Amino acid sequence: MEIVLKGLTKEFDNKKTNSKVVAVNNVTIDIASGTLVGLLGPSGCGKSTTLFMLSGLLSPTRGQIIFGDKDVTSLEPQKRGIGLVFQNYALYPHMTVLQNILFPLENIGMPKEDRMKRAEEVAKIVQIENLLDRKPSELSGGQQQRVAIARALAKQPDVLLLDEPLSNLDARLRLQTREEIRRIQQTTGVTTVFVTHDQEEAMSISDILVVMKLGVVQQVGKPQEIYDDPHNLFVAQFLGTPPINTFTGEIKNGGVYIGEEKIMNTKLPDQKVYIAIRPEGFIPDQKNGVLTLKLENYEVMGRERSIISTHPNCLKPTIRSTVDEFDPTGLENVKFKLKPAKVFLFNYDTQIRIAEDKEYDAPEFMDAVEQVQLEPNEKKNVFTKFADKSKELVNKVASVFKKKEAKEDEQVVEEKVIAETDQSSQEGEGE
Amino acid sequence: MESKHQWRGWIFLAPTLILMAVFTFYPFFKTLGMAFLNGYDPLLGVHQKFSVGFQNFIDAFNYPQFKQCLQNTIIVTIVTVPVSTILALLIAVALNSIKPFQKFLQTIFFVPYITNTIAIGMVFAIMFTMIGTPKTVTTPGVINSILGVNINWINIGKIGGSRSTYFTKMFVLCVYIIWNALPFKILILLGALQSVNKQYYDAAKVDCASRFRTFMKITVPMLSPMLAYVLITGFIGSFKEYTASVAIFGQQLNTFEMNTVVGYIYDQIGLAKYGRAAAGALILFMIILAFTIFNNWVSSKKVHY
Repeated sequence: MEIVLKGLTKEFDNKKTNSKVVAVNNVTIDIASGTLVGLLGPSGCGKSTTLFMLSGLLSPTRGQIIFGDKDVTSLEPQKRGIGLVFQNYALYPHMTVLQNILFPLENIGMPKEDRMKRAEEVAKIVQIENLLDRKPSELSGGQQQRVAIARALAKQPDVLLLDEPLSNLDARLRLQTREEIRRIQQTTGVTTVFVTHDQEEAMSISDILVVMKLGVVQQVGKPQEIYDDPHNLFVAQFLGTPPINTFTGEIKNGGVYIGEEKIMNTKLPDQKVYIAIRPEGFIPDQKNGVLTLKLENYEVMGRERSIISTHPNCLKPTIRSTVDEFDPTGLENVKFKLKPAKVFLFNYDTQIRIAEDKEYDAPEFMDAVEQVQLEPNEKKNVFTKFADKSKELVNKVASVFKKKEAKEDEQVVEEKVIAETDQSSQEGEGE
Repeated sequence: MESKHQWRGWIFLAPTLILMAVFTFYPFFKTLGMAFLNGYDPLLGVHQKFSVGFQNFIDAFNYPQFKQCLQNTIIVTIVTVPVSTILALLIAVALNSIKPFQKFLQTIFFVPYITNTIAIGMVFAIMFTMIGTPKTVTTPGVINSILGVNINWINIGKIGGSRSTYFTKMFVLCVYIIWNALPFKILILLGALQSVNKQYYDAAKVDCASRFRTFMKITVPMLSPMLAYVLITGFIGSFKEYTASVAIFGQQLNTFEMNTVVGYIYDQIGLAKYGRAAAGALILFMIILAFTIFNNWVSSKKVHY
């Protein structure tokens, strides 16, 4: 089932501050049938909200959701033909595994024999045939997760939605389960959308990755494409382990400079820039190196060797670069050659990628992002709020009194005026 | 380690244990003795004639009103406990789903709990009272007015003419007891309901469950521990029912045919027949025990903890 999101927006009312929080902002994505799509972003980026809008448990403020050729925007969850796996699985604790899987089938009124057949089928797909009589509390986290997938798959949904499906699992099980999700998705061919904040997880199994930040889609594409061609600094920094190393620098006289060192030539106009270099973009070369970093440490962990170094222009305290072969003895500074494909330049103000051969667009509604960003700062604690409220009240009362006084003054003045005019008129008459 | 500090535990328990020994354990065994012995002197607390046997139980069963009392108690229990529990469950679910005025409505539903039982009974009695004869009704009473009928519900206030039937009196009694029992049950069930994880309802929605099926398959099982608690305490309380009858019908319960087993026990004490009273208490105890064991057996199968 093809999924199309058109300008999907969700605003939450904050009654206390009487303002709106834009959780999802004008998200427009096309998802091809049968693909596994990962919604990726830091917590609070609106990825789960997007998923719940897809499921129908939340209704969007604006925008459209289209499954296939049907507009399901205002359709109830039960009529959308979806399967949803919750973050903590939400298996019914009073039912056995089998009853859990059968529950949706009973609800849609499937005949009993077909129900059992179907339940056995999905149990086989997720490999839980031997657990059918157990209660959820008697299962391990990974088993519960598979039961949750089985329950979601049982009624053969057109769309499978997974909300942070691996967050409750330990590292080893996580690795195993994510492969399993991939396998299940490929055997059933169901269009799958899953939410995660773990970029490694997202990159490893998704066909298409949607990177989000503060409710705005930053970039959509194949994982490797996004990694190799990030459209803005956030995307570059969010993807990749170890993370990308970011420096402040500038372009002048046809060269890119970090500090005083010219690391490469460019035809771009002179300006201040952020320079981000992937860890694998560094090649230690004492003779021909273009970038000098102060050596801090050399780590060898199995197949991975990395140099830890520092540079005053780096945004983070240390720079981590992964290298093939290196001998640190007697060195205080290391010189590096850089692989041009692993070096990205970003506009200093907008943080949008700049390159010679390509124009990059800003994510939509960048100004809206700023608005959203302001929201948390406006949160005040109870005491300041109380103080503000009481101040307001005092001011109100004071203003009322002031008005009253002013009125009285006016009255007095008027009376005086009247009295004076009376007097003057009397005087006039007297004359 | 454990034995060293055991005496401390006993010291902490002592006040409760002493009070329970005096007011629970001693009376319990004394009742056992009184039921099987004769000639109890309440002032000295001793038995003067020692005729051991089941004579007290036989006397109790042969006592003219005892069967009536037992029948009333059992009818009251079987009718009011399930009805009030189901009503409380429905009201709790309704209250939980209402957003505006929720706190206000909760308060209203809780008010009967803090109102004096006798006062409620008197109001109920007045509501169901009809004054006059069947032919010339002076005042039909609130309930009759609302229903547009002239029924002599509880035989109070009527002058001459027909007597009220056993059914109408029992009906009024049951309505009263149900109304009186609701607040506590609603409170317990509402509390339990609010602690149910909302995600199960979201999951049920995605799983295409209708509202009724969600209620039967999710809500009720999730509330089952509290439902069992409410049912068991309800059954025990209902078997001990006496105040409700007194509150509506006053002291002369036997003439109204509305006496209960506890009422019978009080009557016998009033007549200085302590043996028969003790026998009645033991019979009631056995019934409650049997019911509670049965309840536990059922809930061990049906209740999900």
